[in-house]
Amino acid sequence: MTKFNAWNLIKNGLNGQSYWTRQWRDPEPKSSYDVVIIGGGLHGLATAYYLAKNHNIKNVAVLEKGWIGGGNAGRNTTIVRSNYMMPGNHEFYEHSLKLWENLSHELNYNVMFSQRAHVSLFHSPGAKDSVSRIYNIMRLHGTDAELWDLKTLKKKIPHLNYHNSRFPILGAAVQKRAGNARHDAVAWGYARAADTLGVDILQNCEVTGFTRKNGNIESIQTSRGIIKGKKIGFAVAGNTSVLWQMAELGNLPIESHKLQAFVSEAVKPILDQVVVYGVGGAHFYISQSDKGSMVFGGDLDWYKSYAQRGNLPMVQDVAEAAMAIFPSLGRIRLLRHWAGVMDMTMDGSFFICKTPISNLYLNAGWNYGGFKASPASGWYFADLIANESPHSYVQNHNLERFEKGINIDERGAGPDPKLHG
Amino acid sequence: MIRINCPYCGERDHSEFSYGGDATINYPSLDASEKEWTEAIFFRKNIKGFQFETWHHSNGCRMWLVVERSTVTHEIKSVKPCHPNLQKVVENNK
Repeated sequence: MTKFNAWNLIKNGLNGQSYWTRQWRDPEPKSSYDVVIIGGGLHGLATAYYLAKNHNIKNVAVLEKGWIGGGNAGRNTTIVRSNYMMPGNHEFYEHSLKLWENLSHELNYNVMFSQRAHVSLFHSPGAKDSVSRIYNIMRLHGTDAELWDLKTLKKKIPHLNYHNSRFPILGAAVQKRAGNARHDAVAWGYARAADTLGVDILQNCEVTGFTRKNGNIESIQTSRGIIKGKKIGFAVAGNTSVLWQMAELGNLPIESHKLQAFVSEAVKPILDQVVVYGVGGAHFYISQSDKGSMVFGGDLDWYKSYAQRGNLPMVQDVAEAAMAIFPSLGRIRLLRHWAGVMDMTMDGSFFICKTPISNLYLNAGWNYGGFKASPASGWYFADLIANESPHSYVQNHNLERFEKGINIDERGAGPDPKLHG
Repeated sequence: MIRINCPYCGERDHSEFSYGGDATINYPSLDASEKEWTEAIFFRKNIKGFQFETWHHSNGCRMWLVVERSTVTHEIKSVKPCHPNLQKVVENNK
């Protein structure tokens, strides 16, 4: 693998770009590995990378049923933020944001992380109080957070609809270090960096069954043959329940729902932040990509589904929200929209934990927020697999928290997966 | 758009309805163990394929329905009233 640096750039520029090596190998599966990670999305690839980097466990395989970056890694709105308040969550997401800040250097791959600020609008004094409380908690834990009054907001983002009489904009809660990144580059960067450290990335390798021995999973049946793993990690958010039942483990506190995202045609620079418009539980978030496309999304489709395609009522809802807050987008054309399948959990928080099978580890339940979490998710999942005990940040992110009554419910929405934003 | 054939109102767009959830949950008795209640409230089969689920015709007759629907193709096999006695009434009036 050729390192990206100024010297190689100049050298290859003079040589007709002919000396670049491929980004990662396409190896044949070995018969056994120290760790097998199922799921070649951002979380699986990051886990493999940190296993090799932080814990020196390099005999690792990542199994991906399609191609890497083809699942939810490519089906998100690329927002990175750490505005969480619950114990466990805020430390975790803040560490994730810190990893994002150095990720391009870490991976020697430009993930185009842009700290352009995450601007959450509020529309009533009650909403202002509520969000102030959350952002004060963030500040107490050393995360950056601030409130913008209407004057500042108008100066920073002049194109919003400041004449909405139903939901007047009163100001915004802002995290300046938040922003977005290029999702494909994150998948490719982690794959390339993990591969360099010796990790085998096995694409088109679908898991079809497990062979159990003495209570453990001894081997994994895949479309590319039988693969043994001393330790096995699931990182297949969206399809976690399917794999969980394949391992005969019963039910999970998860429902699969689909979430849509939208990309418009490219326009000249109009929006330099990530803007979130949330009224009465509804939800709309928008940013502009480096190419100029408006990238935006809304709520779930509101019914359980494993289909990776969105339905039309939500397209209309999102378009209405866009018009309410950003009327100048009225004549912009939509280029693409797609849906990803989310693990929506019973309290809206994730799982990085051990399972009833002693050599199986679970990484799941990312709800709306898997993209921003991926570096820390890989970090702490690798830590769990290597050290066999959870780090204090994720000590309650397990399946037992519901029975113990220590749910990590940021929204306080109760045990209905579709209500956790 | 999914079209749901409401037994009271006829076939309508799913945007008239609100999704409830798994229709096969049996809540345990009040003195059952915490484990049983945890299982009933928090744990789901999360079926990939045909499942029985509840929908509320919230912008229509406001009745609760049990719908048998595929979570992969969204094809609907059957729609019935939630309440077993109402199921009988609907059957008898056919």
